[in-house]
Amino acid sequence: MSLLEKTPTGVGMTPDNIRARKLSVVVNIGVAVLAVLLSAAIVLGAGIGNWVLVIVVAAALYLVGLYAAASQVEGRRAARDRIWKALIYSACLLAILPLASVVWTLISKGVERLDGNFFSTSMNNIGARDPMGGAYHAIIGTLEQVGLATLMAVPLGVLGAIYLVEYGRGRFALTVRFFVDVMTGIPSIVAGLFVLAFWVLIVSPWFNNGTPRFSGFAASLALTVLMLPTIVRSTEEMLRLVPGPLREGAYALGVPQWKTILRVVLPTALPGIVTGIMLAVARAAGETAPVLLVAGGAAAINMDPFGGPQSSLALYVYQQAGDASRYAPARAWTAALTLVVLVLVLTIAAKLLARRNQLSR
Amino acid sequence: MAKRIEASNVSSYYGSFKAIDGISMTVEPKTITALIGPSGCGKSTFLRSINRMHEVLPGARIEGRLTIDDQNIYDSDVDVTAVRRMIGMVFQRPNPFPTMSIYENVVAGLKLNGVKKKSLLDDAAERSLKAANLWDEVKDRLNRPGAGLSGGQQQRLCIARTIAVEPQVVLMDEPCSALDPISTLAIEDLMFKLKDRFTIIIVTHNMQQAARVSDRTGFFSIDKTGEPGRLIEYDDTQKIFSNPTEKKTEDYITGRFG
Repeated sequence: MSLLEKTPTGVGMTPDNIRARKLSVVVNIGVAVLAVLLSAAIVLGAGIGNWVLVIVVAAALYLVGLYAAASQVEGRRAARDRIWKALIYSACLLAILPLASVVWTLISKGVERLDGNFFSTSMNNIGARDPMGGAYHAIIGTLEQVGLATLMAVPLGVLGAIYLVEYGRGRFALTVRFFVDVMTGIPSIVAGLFVLAFWVLIVSPWFNNGTPRFSGFAASLALTVLMLPTIVRSTEEMLRLVPGPLREGAYALGVPQWKTILRVVLPTALPGIVTGIMLAVARAAGETAPVLLVAGGAAAINMDPFGGPQSSLALYVYQQAGDASRYAPARAWTAALTLVVLVLVLTIAAKLLARRNQLSR
Repeated sequence: MAKRIEASNVSSYYGSFKAIDGISMTVEPKTITALIGPSGCGKSTFLRSINRMHEVLPGARIEGRLTIDDQNIYDSDVDVTAVRRMIGMVFQRPNPFPTMSIYENVVAGLKLNGVKKKSLLDDAAERSLKAANLWDEVKDRLNRPGAGLSGGQQQRLCIARTIAVEPQVVLMDEPCSALDPISTLAIEDLMFKLKDRFTIIIVTHNMQQAARVSDRTGFFSIDKTGEPGRLIEYDDTQKIFSNPTEKKTEDYITGRFG
């Protein structure tokens, strides 16, 4: 007897009817309206909260009501499906909410000082009663410090990741990977202290007639320490995703390994690598502690990252937010907005640049 | 320019695991040789050791002698990239470079090995695509991505890429196993055409294919899992499929085991 001729054993789940009843949209909306009304009655009637609590209670009531209605009409499995779907949508909404709130707060509060003066002046000679004053020096500081840090961290990080993926074997590679993981957890203040002790106090006196000196470059050294592990790990993950057969295809054409990595593996992984780098850049741009420790912060414009104190946008926000002047908070908000927009623009530019090398589908 | 390949007593290891044991065979120039046998019997390992591709895996090594026109490719002063340029390879799954266009894929081997002259590259691209029976299908969209082609076209693109560097031997590791019958036919036709210029060795699980395309056939087998693979019989394809000497070969090709 062949397999096909076997009689059914009776334990199968074959339904006689493949149609099922559906919960109508009207009922769905009805449950939602009922939930809101009920919740408003409970919360406002008892006087225990405002509209936020109404929404939270309404959401909970809606889930319960939906489950009850759906299990009556559609059965338990379909009802569970609906509940999970609703929960997942809610989680998504909850995750977006803080982000939207941050963006809204930044824009609404930052718009007050969003003027030409803010982007063209520094805080030099700005007293507590001066309504003007800007962040030009801080923008310069952030761009230079993050730019220098990127210039140092990207080649080191990408080459390190290439070593780990393509060449690294045995104990040494394991050790490197372990210490990169450890570095990921370094608090930024520790990176700042390290550069303060090593660069500012020991090395910088050699270049400055024996006196220690703050500089934007010292800040970018600290930022490099912070960016390196992020770049190495994300690049490593991306390079590992490049399929082995691609490398073999290149080897089989007689292409040497270094050229295979440079011309086949790296371009394939490029979009992911750029994303990782931009995450590191965004993190570095938002760091305050190391800049405060080793660049000192300055009220005046200092274009030279290698000589004298510099400020940065994050540090500027920190200083203005704590300033006693009634005009300071508005400057802090606008600087925060500027920082976010700056990182956003850099990220979009980097993505576009990475995509230009990809072929259109 | 096709060359003779001679393997004498070749054994291959992955670390301490012996994958194939004492393979000896001679492949004449301008012939198609098929390697058949059950999974895990070492035919792919043997194929990959002919252009030293097995060395991509750490711990892989070989014993014995493998010569191409009397040059031992495992001599210590041999440049691996030169060997691979001389002995090209087509893989089981088409692997066009995803960041490159069709044109760039075909000339990748030349470009990455330092050929810069546009006219040379254009010429090679057209010639290779024509040789791979793909030119008419892609000549109007050479700048489109290679990964956008169908599976069979991608595999022919990979063949074009392989023959663009003018190798002397082409190794094919189950080149049709991921393709439909029509694409398979296209590639088999292509192999007949390429036979005039190249020595071809093909690993296949498809015995009809081996019987159709090859001049000579080698049958590999293993006694049981964990044992190294051995070359059981190597003879004219005609003889292997009609009147094999070994009992094992007969059992395999008649479908009694494996």
